Amino acid sequence: MIVASPKSITELKSIIAEHKKVLFVGCGTCVTVCLAGGEREVSIISYAVRMARKLDRNPIEIAQITIERQCENEFLKDLAEPASKVEAIVSFGCGAGVQAIAERFPDKPVYAGLNTQFLGVLEEQAIWTEKCLGCGNCMLAQFGGICPVTRCAKRLLNGPCGGSLETRCEVDSDRPCAWQLIYTRLKNIGQLERLEEVVPPKDWSSAWYSGARKVIRKEHQV
Amino acid sequence: MIQVSGQTAIENQRAAGPSPQTDWDPEVIAFCCNYCAFSAAALAGAKRMQYPAGVRIISIPCTGKLEMEHILEAFEKGADGVLVVGCLEGGCHYVEGNLRAKKRTDRIREVLDEIGLGSGRLKMVNLSDSMASLFVQQIQDIMGTIRVLGPNPLGQTEKKESAGRI
Repeated sequence: MIVASPKSITELKSIIAEHKKVLFVGCGTCVTVCLAGGEREVSIISYAVRMARKLDRNPIEIAQITIERQCENEFLKDLAEPASKVEAIVSFGCGAGVQAIAERFPDKPVYAGLNTQFLGVLEEQAIWTEKCLGCGNCMLAQFGGICPVTRCAKRLLNGPCGGSLETRCEVDSDRPCAWQLIYTRLKNIGQLERLEEVVPPKDWSSAWYSGARKVIRKEHQV
Repeated sequence: MIQVSGQTAIENQRAAGPSPQTDWDPEVIAFCCNYCAFSAAALAGAKRMQYPAGVRIISIPCTGKLEMEHILEAFEKGADGVLVVGCLEGGCHYVEGNLRAKKRTDRIREVLDEIGLGSGRLKMVNLSDSMASLFVQQIQDIMGTIRVLGPNPLGQTEKKESAGRI
């Protein structure tokens, strides 16, 4: 899922400082699961911003709505009516959601209420870790399902750097050494011979570095 | 002007910290866990113990059931203070409801500081159902704190706004 974290109330307050009527839009998918931009989080931040503005003697009217998915046009139609009554929209979706809303409402200022972080998983309650960089050319099969492109701080494709300490990464000791994990995993599944293959330099042309990407699946087009 | 060892009386007063306001009665919402604080409040009543009348007790099944929005709404509607009273740590009927409430309360205290309302208006305490005197003492403590902090400015605006309505 896409993991995001909320912006501070102070930052959000300054972003919408000039507006008096604003719509806060939550997203019911990834950011609800990562407790950043769901119905409850939008409600809490609305209380906080409303009180902060009242204390500044500059009251604000905040309407709230949480839709199923902000990144799909189909669900954005539910915003048409509430959006028509406000000066601006704050999206509590990921960056894709914010931009989808901005495209849908070209004459309305649309702001981001969250900082989108990464593609990750829930490690334990309220702790998420990054697992995928979205490089566009998945090599997980070679590495026993553990991605060194994302999880090795040096993005090494041919074994560990030698700097790990007691299975921990030398860049950040809170992080496990990805190559230690790969070794253990390949050993457990009986595929240690994969480590003998020399992995050629990665083709990064499918990654973000050449600009925003596009996926077209002709078989599903109508 | 009265001078005491080179300082004015006002300066002395300032050095001693803000003085409590006595010309108003703070309104404090006490969210009380049904298994401990609510029974402690009942016991305090049975024992005829006195505590300020401005406390509004709301019984909740467990402090873990208390959402952050409930606390924020109390402040937005003008409560001068909020007291969250849960079971002793390790004694929660639902195992860890009070520990969750503590984390949420801490988060709301940060929010209150960030928006300028002040974290001192929110407090969480832990007690058992037999601790009626501690319950009363905690209420008196928060009342004292709130008297020093003064009325909730959001409540003041609410009152002014409603007074202006026809």
